[in-house]
Amino acid sequence: METFYLIIVLAPLLGAIVAGFWGAKIGRAGAHWVTSSGVGISALLSIYVLSGFVSGSRELFNGTVYTWMVSDGLNMEVGFLVDRLTAVMMTVVTFVSFCIHIYTIGYMAHDEENWPGGSLAGANSYQRFFSYISLFTFSMLMLVMSNNFLQLFFGWEAVGLVSYLLIGFWSVRPTAIFANLKAFLVNRVGDFGFLLGIAAIALYTNSLDYADVFARIPGLADTQIQIFGDTNWSLISVIGILLFIGAMGKSAQVPLHVWLPDSMEGPTPISALIHAATMVTAGVFMVARMSPIYEFSETALSFVLVIGATTAFFTGLIGIVQNDIKRVVAYSTLSQLGYMMVALGVSAYAAGIFHLMTHAFFKALLFLAAGSVIIGMHHDQDIRNMGGIRKYMPWTYWTSLIGSLALIGFPGFSGFFSKDAIIEAVHHSHIAGSGYAYAVVLIGVFITALYSFRMFFLVFHGEGPRDSHAKHHLKESPKVVTVPLVLLAIPSVGIGYLTMETMLFGDWFNNVLFVLPQHDTLAELGKGIHGPNSMIAHGFMGPALYLALAGLIVAWFIYTKKPDVAEMIKARLAPLYRALDKKYWFDEAYQFLFAGGSRGLGNALWSKGDRFIIDTVIINGSARTVGRIADWARTIQTGYLFHYAIAMILGLLLLLTWFVIA
Amino acid sequence: MFADWPILSLTIWLPIIGGALVLASGDKSANATRWTALIISVLTFIASLPLYSSFDPATADMQFVERAPWITLFNIEYYLGIDGISMPLIILTTFITVFVIIAAWEVIQYKPASYLAAFLIMEGVMVGVFASLDAMLFYVFWEAMLIPMFLIIGVWGGPNRVYATIKFFLYTFFGSVFMLVALIYMYFQSGSFDILMFHNLKLGLSEQILIFIAFLLAFAVKVPMWPVHTWLPDAHVEAPTGGSVILAAIMLKIGGYGFLRFSLPISPDASHQLDWLIISLSLIAVVYIGFVALVQQDMKKLIAYSSIAHMGFVTLGFFIVFTITANPNAETGAMLGVQGGMVQMVSHGFISAALFLCVGVLYDRVHSREISAYGGVVNTMPIFGGFMVFFAMANAGLPGTSGFVGEFMVILASFRADFWYAFLAATTLIIGAAYTLWMVKRVVFGEVANDNVAALQDISSRELLILGSLALAVLMLGLWPGPLVEVMDASIANLLKHIAVSKL
Repeated sequence: METFYLIIVLAPLLGAIVAGFWGAKIGRAGAHWVTSSGVGISALLSIYVLSGFVSGSRELFNGTVYTWMVSDGLNMEVGFLVDRLTAVMMTVVTFVSFCIHIYTIGYMAHDEENWPGGSLAGANSYQRFFSYISLFTFSMLMLVMSNNFLQLFFGWEAVGLVSYLLIGFWSVRPTAIFANLKAFLVNRVGDFGFLLGIAAIALYTNSLDYADVFARIPGLADTQIQIFGDTNWSLISVIGILLFIGAMGKSAQVPLHVWLPDSMEGPTPISALIHAATMVTAGVFMVARMSPIYEFSETALSFVLVIGATTAFFTGLIGIVQNDIKRVVAYSTLSQLGYMMVALGVSAYAAGIFHLMTHAFFKALLFLAAGSVIIGMHHDQDIRNMGGIRKYMPWTYWTSLIGSLALIGFPGFSGFFSKDAIIEAVHHSHIAGSGYAYAVVLIGVFITALYSFRMFFLVFHGEGPRDSHAKHHLKESPKVVTVPLVLLAIPSVGIGYLTMETMLFGDWFNNVLFVLPQHDTLAELGKGIHGPNSMIAHGFMGPALYLALAGLIVAWFIYTKKPDVAEMIKARLAPLYRALDKKYWFDEAYQFLFAGGSRGLGNALWSKGDRFIIDTVIINGSARTVGRIADWARTIQTGYLFHYAIAMILGLLLLLTWFVIA
Repeated sequence: MFADWPILSLTIWLPIIGGALVLASGDKSANATRWTALIISVLTFIASLPLYSSFDPATADMQFVERAPWITLFNIEYYLGIDGISMPLIILTTFITVFVIIAAWEVIQYKPASYLAAFLIMEGVMVGVFASLDAMLFYVFWEAMLIPMFLIIGVWGGPNRVYATIKFFLYTFFGSVFMLVALIYMYFQSGSFDILMFHNLKLGLSEQILIFIAFLLAFAVKVPMWPVHTWLPDAHVEAPTGGSVILAAIMLKIGGYGFLRFSLPISPDASHQLDWLIISLSLIAVVYIGFVALVQQDMKKLIAYSSIAHMGFVTLGFFIVFTITANPNAETGAMLGVQGGMVQMVSHGFISAALFLCVGVLYDRVHSREISAYGGVVNTMPIFGGFMVFFAMANAGLPGTSGFVGEFMVILASFRADFWYAFLAATTLIIGAAYTLWMVKRVVFGEVANDNVAALQDISSRELLILGSLALAVLMLGLWPGPLVEVMDASIANLLKHIAVSKL
């Protein structure tokens, strides 16, 4: 069994190694074949694993692959835990990754145009790209299949590494290498908290193994620790919040969200794979996996809830004013990640994971569709220059429509079930912050519909592209691009309808996600819902659905009927528009405080501390003092005999006097 | 089967005698000299391997012991032996030296024989430091180390080499004089220079504190710890590539080794009393020096400061043991810190060596160490760019590389001592990544900055061999540190047992 799971993990790694090291030898076709087959094998086997769990024939697996090290009785291992949560994640990751491998064949086909002539870094960039996305798949699988905190951290950082490499893939672009450094460092701020959380767990449970740790957590529920002076803190809250800081980095939650929009500097396939469907949801997965910890701290849950709600609302607002097609989708991703966190905060872990899954499909779809448009527009990404593309790119148009409807939660589409479950779960929750969260997730539904369809209408409807040259060249993307769109459109429509009963209200996550009875918002919600049709009917009774439709209609009205209304609102609400356009000045503030601040501090410590106090004053100063004493001592040694004679006589006199008096 | 062979003597004297031969052969046929030096270093490396393969990890006793009277008048012996603490450092020494010899191949044209000889002699002397169990023998090797390094920087160094060598020499010599006094004092107390006897020597608290401070002066300069670190950036900047590699990869480790072999076991009560001092200095090294590294314009200075910050983890790991043992919540974990410090030393040996070699590769081509002289190197040197990014990531402590292992262990352990220790230590995750990757961004990525960069040739097969081997070592240690930790287990457990017993 262990070997079987190893194949799933190692097949993409093998592809990555072959394409990475021998890319020049095997050529472009060789590289995409070897990596796509590796990921394809993983995807097939993952689906097999999932179907095993569905039919009930597969058992939970929890085993060690090898012992990384043992120090002081602390066992650090590499091992797999495959349960129903893992199986869902594995399937989502490998399936989306496989679609993106196929898509990349088309998207990166002319990558040499992105490099300056003669750049050797651009020589085998196509193969390198495939190597990286396969390496990513490996890392992500290691993360989700881990059975312990060490490997979780390994996967956590490894996906960060690949994200860094891929955001900066076009390394000759200054914006790209700025964005990847920023992404890595902001993630490291999160990892800083994450690592401290792991250290706390290791201290109090003396283990890094999930099963061991979870078994000991209830016993620690009342433990208090002191961090600042004598104030008592609940240990579980501290652990929960520290771990969540890691999730805030990886899943781009306010205030660590600033890296995700900039990550759009990377090629579109990885925006879809890493920065929408999989890696950024690692934080959501992690919190769900740690439900046996979070359940014992309402403080930590409230923290998750408030951060998630804030992210969902405020980043969604920014999405309305963006003009870069990828950035609109990026802000939408931020906002949706906030929704997932909100679900976790009200203990509706299943709803969070469910939204993670549906979102992975429709958001990957939206990104890939955006990429398809970008190919058609010859790498112009400004939606103000587009319009009327529907006529030229029918496949892209229809799949985008499906993705957008799923995103706004149109009844029957997959996003409807997951988002409605989250909103209703918040409605049923009583923990601190749930009132605020309920208000903002509801308004968020309107905002989501508004920005999604603003983009949709601007891109696909109305008059054709402004630039007649672009118009002339517009045509549907090749099959390798459109087939993945269709592959992703299918689950975007149907996966919610098919699986909501089992995943949200059924026994799918029994013994996997742990929920205390008093927190079980989903069970409460499930009392009134019997099957997907009942949920749709239930949707018509709540405000969310109408808010989504309102957003859609407002977008339709403003952006197809009365375009000047948008300008008018912009002028009326100029200060708000400015705040949104500047993204609430987060970037400027961070640039000034952290980047500038640390450089200033570093310079001060170096020039004042190291060079002035230590080197000039102490080291060279003492050298000079020795020199000065020596200079002075030298003046005594005049070389005149009578000077020495007088000194001797005076000395003798002094000695004698001393003897006599003593 | 090798247990009775004089392997330690072989590992010490083979390179020293070999170095003398290389020196005597002169520069007439430079290539033959290079090959001779390489063969000697490879043979030494092979000779040191039984130290690992025949090592018995189950015992904390000294192994491969060789003992003979040397200066009977003062009861000074030629007494060698290793345990799990010194063995990995010896193998690190013989391993790294091979690459230093290869790295000098075409680069050193001025008096290559003397250069190579200096490194071979240096190798033997450094192994001697790690293998000595007689304090006087240790001291002789310790001081002997200064001479080759003094010459390496002074003869093959950069324009400001005289200032750097004098600073280096005075700093380290200043520290070691106090150590000598302490050693002689203990000789008068115990009647021998046997280090293991020193361990069991009964000493009062004030004696211990004086001895501890004397050792601290010697070791803190070597490590180096803040605020006696300012010789290191200067020495690195002026040293030739090989000199920087040996300095960073091995000589700094001798300071860390000294704490484990002398300070902790000889003066456990003083160590306990003054652990706050070492912990504070270590955390200052991690945070303060991290910020200083961030603003460096010279790549070698940046890596030098990064070394100081990384060595902060070593001393932190060694001296949190007392706080951990005192913490009622921490059942265990003292060992995690010490082992973490040891792993950090070995790992830093690989990574800092690799980074200095990377800078050397660029320096050989462009003759500048300034970050601003580069930009977009990956466009002309894609393979080199890959290595540079890899080693930078290792330096930033990425899991899967050796750089992660030691930091992870020490952070985990320091959390057992105090939340704030772990908090400050863990800031390296951010600062370390910031200074390393910002350098990579400016040097490796971007558009081709100037004609020099445009004219760069990617690494030769010789350079590929060096960087590739080090990358493999970094990766292996990162993916499976178990074997390294295992050989240290018994010795470190014994050390901790020893220091838990007060001498008062």
